[in-house]
Amino acid sequence: MVTLQLGTRHAREIAERVPDPELPMLTLADLGVLRDVRLTEDGTVVAELTPTYSGCPAMAEMRADVAARLREAGYERVEIRTVLNPPWTSDWITPEGRRKLAEHGIAPPDAAPRGPVPLTLSPTRREVPCPRCGSADTEETSRFAATSCKALWRCRACREPFEYVKEI
Amino acid sequence: MSEDHVYMTLAEGHEDDSRWAYGTGFEDPLHGVDTTVPDTVDAGELAALCVALGDDALVSAQRLAEWITRAPELEEEVALANIGLDLLGQARLLYSRAGQVDGTGRDEDAYAYFRDAADFRNVRLAELPRGDFAFCVVRLLVLSSWRLAQFERLLGHPDPVLAAVAAKGAKELTYHRQYAAEWAVRLGDGTEESHSRMRKALDKVAPYLGELFTACDVRDEVVAVLRQVTEEAGLPMPAYRPSSGSGRAGEHTEHLAPLLAELQGVARATPGATW
Repeated sequence: MVTLQLGTRHAREIAERVPDPELPMLTLADLGVLRDVRLTEDGTVVAELTPTYSGCPAMAEMRADVAARLREAGYERVEIRTVLNPPWTSDWITPEGRRKLAEHGIAPPDAAPRGPVPLTLSPTRREVPCPRCGSADTEETSRFAATSCKALWRCRACREPFEYVKEI
Repeated sequence: MSEDHVYMTLAEGHEDDSRWAYGTGFEDPLHGVDTTVPDTVDAGELAALCVALGDDALVSAQRLAEWITRAPELEEEVALANIGLDLLGQARLLYSRAGQVDGTGRDEDAYAYFRDAADFRNVRLAELPRGDFAFCVVRLLVLSSWRLAQFERLLGHPDPVLAAVAAKGAKELTYHRQYAAEWAVRLGDGTEESHSRMRKALDKVAPYLGELFTACDVRDEVVAVLRQVTEEAGLPMPAYRPSSGSGRAGEHTEHLAPLLAELQGVARATPGATW
């Protein structure tokens, strides 16, 4: 039992360190997509991953990376499972992940909405501080950007564009 | 760690670069998900529902992808491509689920690439030609509101996989609807030209609304959104009447077959290829 617990902890540490294929400053643990890692009694490592968005093209890459790292660490039997429920939310990005995003010029997400979001047509005032200069004088330029999880913003103070991880 | 350096790790060699390829041969997006179908669920009905919702998403994604290199601004091109990608992801999950429950064991490619127009069950509004940007906005507003209302009902579906796909998709569709609604107001309340194009787009969509509500009666939710948007935009509510013809019954316009020919051409010419 103790060995299983130790093995589980070791396997989890390895899986947690795998970088995200699209936001490589984050590990899969920072991003909150690694839902569980455990060593079973027959020596299989079972790792559970959840996609950020339905169309996330990096899922297959993440699966392969986690399996490869675990095999490199000596685990011969690795099983990667996809879990869809509960769906990923940007709230699962860890404080460490948020710090790393900001350090790399990407604004971390606001708190995600709970439950259905009604359609609002009046302009909503949102504060996303510029990750470069810290100014609150910023504006959204596009709600969609280079990857599904990000929006495009710009800072009126330092004039730099920046990306913002959308709250979802 | 410098910013340049962190992205450089992506350029390192991989043992299997086909994971980033396009085309066929992807792994099942439901890889490792419990595939059991609950006893209370009629497998045939569940599969049909997954295919219909998958077809709406795939055909919509294809029309949205046509805007790439053609959108009015780069930001809109990126937005439409992202929305299409979300829908494509939903289609992949739904087709994979359909193949698990309908007893055929078909994979997502079999549904997307190897069925003919008469086998598709998407609503006809999704297959109409791309049109202008106003039509793109109006169609997206209607289809995203309609799909979101359906997904919110599916959250309580007894099939846990379909319920999970709906829970995930609902969050994405909320963004799609918001995008379309904001553009609808901007264009409806914009110039004379943009206003008149929005009116024409609403007229073009109107005859297909009845079909949506026959397929899934979430009329109240969709009408509420259309009312909210048209009032804000100074546009008339589109009139709708019961539909004749139904994409859900495999009755399609002449526009679906050419769309599928483009979508399926390479996969059919070289089955199993990745590129």
